[in-house]
Amino acid sequence: MTVSVVSPERVLFTGEATQVITRTLGSGEIAFLAGHAPFLGALTECHTRLYMEDGSIVDVAVHGGFVEVSNNKVNILSDVAEIGEQIDRVRALRAKDAAEEALRREHDVEAAAALSRAHARLNATGGLAGTSATNH
Amino acid sequence: MAGGQERILRGRIRSVQATKKITRAMELIAASRIVKAQQRVQAAVPYSDQITEVVRDLAAAGAGRGSPLLAGRGEIKNTCYVVISADRGLCGGYNTGVQRAAEGEIKADVLNGLGYEIVAVGRKADNYFRFRGYNRNATFGGFSENPTYDHARTIGKHVIELFQSGEVDKVLLVYTRFISAGSQEVVLRPLVPLETESVIGDAKPAAVGDYEFEPDPGTILETLLPRYVEARIYAALLNAAASEHAFRQRAMKSATDNAEELIKSLARIMNRARQDSITTEIMEIVSGAEALGSSKTKNVRYVDIDDLDRADAHA
Repeated sequence: MTVSVVSPERVLFTGEATQVITRTLGSGEIAFLAGHAPFLGALTECHTRLYMEDGSIVDVAVHGGFVEVSNNKVNILSDVAEIGEQIDRVRALRAKDAAEEALRREHDVEAAAALSRAHARLNATGGLAGTSATNH
Repeated sequence: MAGGQERILRGRIRSVQATKKITRAMELIAASRIVKAQQRVQAAVPYSDQITEVVRDLAAAGAGRGSPLLAGRGEIKNTCYVVISADRGLCGGYNTGVQRAAEGEIKADVLNGLGYEIVAVGRKADNYFRFRGYNRNATFGGFSENPTYDHARTIGKHVIELFQSGEVDKVLLVYTRFISAGSQEVVLRPLVPLETESVIGDAKPAAVGDYEFEPDPGTILETLLPRYVEARIYAALLNAAASEHAFRQRAMKSATDNAEELIKSLARIMNRARQDSITTEIMEIVSGAEALGSSKTKNVRYVDIDDLDRADAHA
């Protein structure tokens, strides 16, 4: 099946995949295999994995958006989405630490959103292993 | 004095030449940016197509019947005009076109006793409507040549708030659509409420009925509609930016041509002035020489040629 990750500014990624795993708003992760029934979902901040036909896995940090599945095509529409390879891991780590620091002081919606963005980014660049994070 | 005039003309030619260099540079810059802006317009198409498709699927599934963003509110009392213009001038009739279109609509509204609000995008539109004392609700500027999705998001947020608070019942986009490098047109497009006919009208219910939704269609639509509005604004901003570059390129091209023409005619006048001054100078020298010569005439001895011949014969 064809999978494409589309941001308002351009098509970030398109290719042939065997499986797509993402996470919808309010519920858990969902995987799409070839021939999935038509599906429409709102996405939350998450680490989306695209299992490509050549065996490689493409990691994408999706910061909200939508997924549409129809006619053996998976379209991921997202305001802000980043391909794992293009993410600046050091910066994401700094953002995570800053957000955690802010959350320790007071519960702030923006900081919480920043933290989940940072998590999605870090997960898309190989998880939190080797980071200073201890509470995950 | 003739020489003075020549110097003045030479100065003018030099200044026109300098202006020509600037307009030529602006023309080339605009020309190169048209291509880039055009590519950005193209690159934004897949997202807006797909998001339109998703809205259509959701609307066909029956979601958002009660949503004012989609269905509208029967009576329209106040209209909001989002006028997209440039931040700078020097782009021919680009700004005036958009401003006139918006002003015409607003005047018609006022005549019909309806209210209006203006959201000016680009400093030129803001100045125009402020100078004429129109109600300006908000102003966004500083990015007309290179809009990003963030700008569209800011504008979208403001417009949706305006609509949801009930201040306005309809939002129209006024911008210049980019058709090709050679042609652009000012268009007026309804933004909110979304044109339900065009959204639902051509959806095929059979293809839509079996969609699975997660979460429920209503919730998806709620998060989706603002994105849809943003995507529409973003597309308008990109079109406007490409059109601005195209207008600027044309305006600067004709400015360069005019400068060339001006230099040519100024050079002609200058050459004539120079010729005139040379003629005058020669006249002065000749008449001066003549005046000197005539003062010497008293001492001139007229020699008889016969005398000279005789002197030769003696020698």
